[in-house]
Amino acid sequence: MSKIIDGLYYSESHEYVKVEGDFGYIGITDFAQHELGNVVYVDMPEVDDEVTAGEDFGAVESVKAASDLMSPVSGTVVEVNEALEDEPGLINKDAFENWIIKVELSDKSELDGLMDAAAYKNMIGE
Amino acid sequence: MTEEIKVTCLHDRHVAQGALMSPFAGYDMPIQYVDITTEHNAVRHKVGVFDVSHMGEVEITGPDAAKFTNYIFTNDINAIKAGQILYGMMLYPDGGTVDDLLVYRVDDNDFFLVINAANIDKDVAWIMEHAKDFDVKVDHQSEQYGQIAVQGPEAEKTMGAVLGIDTTDLTFYTFKKLEYDGKTIIVSRTGYTGEDGFEVYADPAIICQMWDKLMEAGVQACGLGCRDTLRFEAGLPLYGDELTAEISPITATFGMFVKLDKEGGFIGRDACAQQKAEGTPKKLVGLELEGKAIPRHGYEVLDGENVVGYITTGYHSISVDKSVAFALVDRAVGALGNTLSVRIRKKVFPATVVKKRFYTPNYKK
Repeated sequence: MSKIIDGLYYSESHEYVKVEGDFGYIGITDFAQHELGNVVYVDMPEVDDEVTAGEDFGAVESVKAASDLMSPVSGTVVEVNEALEDEPGLINKDAFENWIIKVELSDKSELDGLMDAAAYKNMIGE
Repeated sequence: MTEEIKVTCLHDRHVAQGALMSPFAGYDMPIQYVDITTEHNAVRHKVGVFDVSHMGEVEITGPDAAKFTNYIFTNDINAIKAGQILYGMMLYPDGGTVDDLLVYRVDDNDFFLVINAANIDKDVAWIMEHAKDFDVKVDHQSEQYGQIAVQGPEAEKTMGAVLGIDTTDLTFYTFKKLEYDGKTIIVSRTGYTGEDGFEVYADPAIICQMWDKLMEAGVQACGLGCRDTLRFEAGLPLYGDELTAEISPITATFGMFVKLDKEGGFIGRDACAQQKAEGTPKKLVGLELEGKAIPRHGYEVLDGENVVGYITTGYHSISVDKSVAFALVDRAVGALGNTLSVRIRKKVFPATVVKKRFYTPNYKK
C-alpha cells in the first residue's frame, strides 16, 4: 500500500505538488517510486529554467529504464534538490520528503486541474 | 497481430516467487526477483541462477554434419574436438547477422546449436533451407529442453554441493553429457555474465527439480534485467542491439569469431572479407560518459553538431560505477580516446571512446 499525503496535488503521471505560498515543491509519488524501483539517476533542470504544465522537465531513472518527469504546473525553477545528485536513492526512502524541484508558480489556477489525495488514491486503485 | 505468449517450464515458480514478469522474445520472462543491482552483485561476488529455458536448441547430425555446420557458421568447428564449444555467428550472404550462437561438438558429425529465443523460427528456417544440399538431419529440440545458468565465483561449488554435479573436470567452453535422474543432461562451463559458471540443458521436469534445490539452498534467483547488465559490462553483444541483419560481426568488431580462411568457406564469408579489407562505414565502440546521466539504446552520438551514430546498449555500470555504452558510430570518429558526445533528452554529455570491455571477466580457463 503506497503512502499518500493529504493536502498535496497529484497528477495522472504520478507527480505531486506541495504548495507553500507562491511556490510548489514537485516530486514523484510513493506509488511511482515503487513502480520504478531503485532510482539511480535524476535528471533535473537548472535554476531559472521554465517548466510548463504537461511538459517534461527531466527524468528519474532506474537501472533498466528512464521515466520522464512531467510538470503538473507552470513556473520558474527556483531550487533543485541537489542531494539527489549524490544520492538519487533518497527518492526510494521517502518520495514525499525528497522533492525534486521547487517552482515559483506562474498560474495557481492550474492546481484546480490536479487531483486531491482521495482522487489520486482512487486512480491508483488503493 | 498478437501472438500467444509462451512460458518456460519454470514460469509458475517465477510468479509464485513474486518476480516482475515481462514479455521477452515471445516468452513471459522474469525481469527481476528482488532488484537488478542485488541480483547483479550476487553473480559478480557469489552465485546466482537464471532461467534461460527460452533459448533454442537444434541438433545437426549425419555424414555431412561437420561440413554443413561449418558452412553456416563463422567460427571453425575443425578447431575443436568432441566436448568443446565455439561461439560464432550465422550470416546472410551480405555479412549481416542471422544470429549469434554456441556450437557444441558432441561428436565428429554431431553438433548441438544453442540459438537466441527471439530468432528460433527464423534460424530453424534458415538452417533447414541450407541443409537441403547436404546429407544431414536437422532436429529442432527447443521444446525438449529446459535450461538454467548457474553463474558466479561460487558456481562450481554450488553445482557440486546443491545439484550433486561434479564440474571440476570442465574448463571454459567445454561440456559433458551425464545421467541425472535416469535422463541424459548436458552441462557446460559457459555463460553470459563475464563470470565463471555453468549452463545445464535438461528435461523440463529435471530443470524444475534443480531450480527448487537451488532455491532451498538460498541461491539468488536472477532475472533478465541483470543478465543484460552483466553481459554488457563483460563486453558481450546482444542480438538485436549489437548484432542485427544490418550489423555484421566485422562492423561489431567481433572479427575474431569469423574465420575467413577456414576450409570450405561459409555463408557471408566474401562480404566479411571485403569489409575487413576495405573497412566498414560504421563500427561498434565503447563510450565512457562524464557524469552519471545514463545513455540508453537509440540515443544519438554526436561529433560536434553532427550525428555520427547511436547507442546500442548503455547503463550506469553497476560493477564499475560509470556511465558507459556500446555505440555504433562512423568509423572515422571511432578511434580510442576520441571525444564525442551523447544527447540525453535536452542535454549533451561529453563521452570518450574506450574499449568495449568495461569489466574484466573471471573465467576459469
